[in-house]
Amino acid sequence: MMRRLLAVWHARNLEFIRDRATLIFTLLLPIGLVVGMGFVFGGPQRPLFKVGVVATQIDKQANPFLQERYVDFVPIASEAEGLPKITHQQIDLLVDLHGVPRYWVNTDAPKGYIVEKLLLAAAPGAQRQPVTGAAVRYVDWLFPGILGMNMMFSCLFGVGYVVLRYRKSGFLKRLHATPLTAFEFLTAQVLSRLCLILFVTLVLFVGVGSIIHFHSVGSVALLILIAVLGALSMIALGLTIAAGISSEELVGGILNLMTWPMMLVSGIWFSLEGSPRWVQWAAHIFPLTHLLDAARAVMLDGAGIAQIAPNLLYLAATALVFLTFGAWSFRWRVE
Amino acid sequence: MIPILEVRDLIKRYPNVNAVDGVSFSVPEGICFGLLGPNGAGKTTTIEVMEGILTPTAGQVLYRGETLGQRFREEAGILFQKTALQDFLTVRQTLTMFRGLYDRGLDVEEVIRLCALEKLAGRDNRKLSGGQQQRLLLAIALVNDPAILFLDEPTTGLDPQARRNFWELIQSIKARNKTIILTTHYMDEAELLCDDIAIMDGGHIIARGGPRQLLQEHFEEVLLELPRQDFPEAARHLSFKIIDSSDRVEIATQDVETALRTLLDAHVPLKNLRIRPPNLEDLFLELTGKELRT
Repeated sequence: MMRRLLAVWHARNLEFIRDRATLIFTLLLPIGLVVGMGFVFGGPQRPLFKVGVVATQIDKQANPFLQERYVDFVPIASEAEGLPKITHQQIDLLVDLHGVPRYWVNTDAPKGYIVEKLLLAAAPGAQRQPVTGAAVRYVDWLFPGILGMNMMFSCLFGVGYVVLRYRKSGFLKRLHATPLTAFEFLTAQVLSRLCLILFVTLVLFVGVGSIIHFHSVGSVALLILIAVLGALSMIALGLTIAAGISSEELVGGILNLMTWPMMLVSGIWFSLEGSPRWVQWAAHIFPLTHLLDAARAVMLDGAGIAQIAPNLLYLAATALVFLTFGAWSFRWRVE
Repeated sequence: MIPILEVRDLIKRYPNVNAVDGVSFSVPEGICFGLLGPNGAGKTTTIEVMEGILTPTAGQVLYRGETLGQRFREEAGILFQKTALQDFLTVRQTLTMFRGLYDRGLDVEEVIRLCALEKLAGRDNRKLSGGQQQRLLLAIALVNDPAILFLDEPTTGLDPQARRNFWELIQSIKARNKTIILTTHYMDEAELLCDDIAIMDGGHIIARGGPRQLLQEHFEEVLLELPRQDFPEAARHLSFKIIDSSDRVEIATQDVETALRTLLDAHVPLKNLRIRPPNLEDLFLELTGKELRT
């Protein structure tokens, strides 16, 4: 079994590496995006106050402070969830209005200083909890998003279209006439794409990271684990989509249906902080959201495995479900 | 002795079409067996069920007395009518990949020699001509040193030279005592290569036997062939068995001398006359009333 698997894996790797145009595009696109977006959105923060409120939803009647104009109040589930955001100046103030009002302010943040004055005017007895920490540059926040987006496209289109092309050209039918099993074929495709994605992501992480002076706070081993599980989940999703379909238009449509919502709501370009709860909930259907949440937690906040365990479990579970469904619905030939 | 392959009561139905309708035959080891018939006769469906690619609606296929399974996949070589290969791989790399899928087989370099691919071994698959690509596909089919080799219309679309080269290759494989299952609609190909043939039409086998045996069974005459324009309508009343085809008229006779005298007496010009023995194409016409390539 291993010999057959390796034969298909090696051939697929050769095919990808020799396709120079695709290889160069795979590497250059994310570099261009990171550099371009960093340039466009870099520099000083926008003049908008953003205050995190420890609550499931904002009740403007709960405190006069919540009725302040020109302040964007966003619900935050817990103090633990809000503290990294105030530390990295992703929000300007974190308030907990249950019982005696408490608030956390980043003493290194000028906007925190101003919005603190607004709070104390409305709630004079609020207890101050100072924190410190440098602001996360947009480019640092964007970088994991771009890496994730590149992985998503490579996983979904790279695997889905390849399997479809093999099926339409009759190559799968030819393989079916050999002792190769569907499981061996699919595993070889998954492993081939996984190796290529990890390699490309590593090149981008080191290469682009050094250009933009990016420093990951957390464990590299944990990042590799996130990348492996995230890629497996999305490769399996691509295989599932292409497993039994023979129409390029239909596969293209479904892949677009998958990728565009992920592009918009998985947190590649901007945080979903402040967006409606249902949008945040819906975003967590997508593997990319969990990949990015976990990667940013490790890269920016130095999170450990316990903190990102739910994300890792979700990625592993979806990989398993998608692969099982893909193997079950796999077709060697055009019916 | 157990035949290497046996087809029992095979039926394959598609919506609104009975592609194969109750076909049974067996193939002894070491022969070249031909499935002949026009496009749509059911031969590709039959061979794909025999290859284990299609599931029959009813009936079964046995390889060495067993249902098709892992042993069959290890010991069968297959050349489909149309197969695309992976892009960007060379001939040698493609063969190495396929060799890796089997437990046993020939050395890749030996297959390259056998199929005369030495000069093409380092070439990208995409840069092969039609004939070269067929040789590569044949090499892929041989890479596991198969006991049984399926060739589905292997020379369709090749130029005459490439066809002849391909026939020589198949004859050299036959000489290695392999069993070959060949489908074709070229009767000259079947006459040259096959030891045993089954002629299919409309999903049925309409004749079965060795090419010579079949011709002897169905024809006692030779054929006098004339261009249609040389054969006057008035000559149709002559007491000959006349066979019309698209551009010519054929006269079947056991007595050539008398037939020629009669034609001369009727002032039929004999300048373009050709005398030939009947072939499988004539047999097909005789059996079905249809020409093969219509």
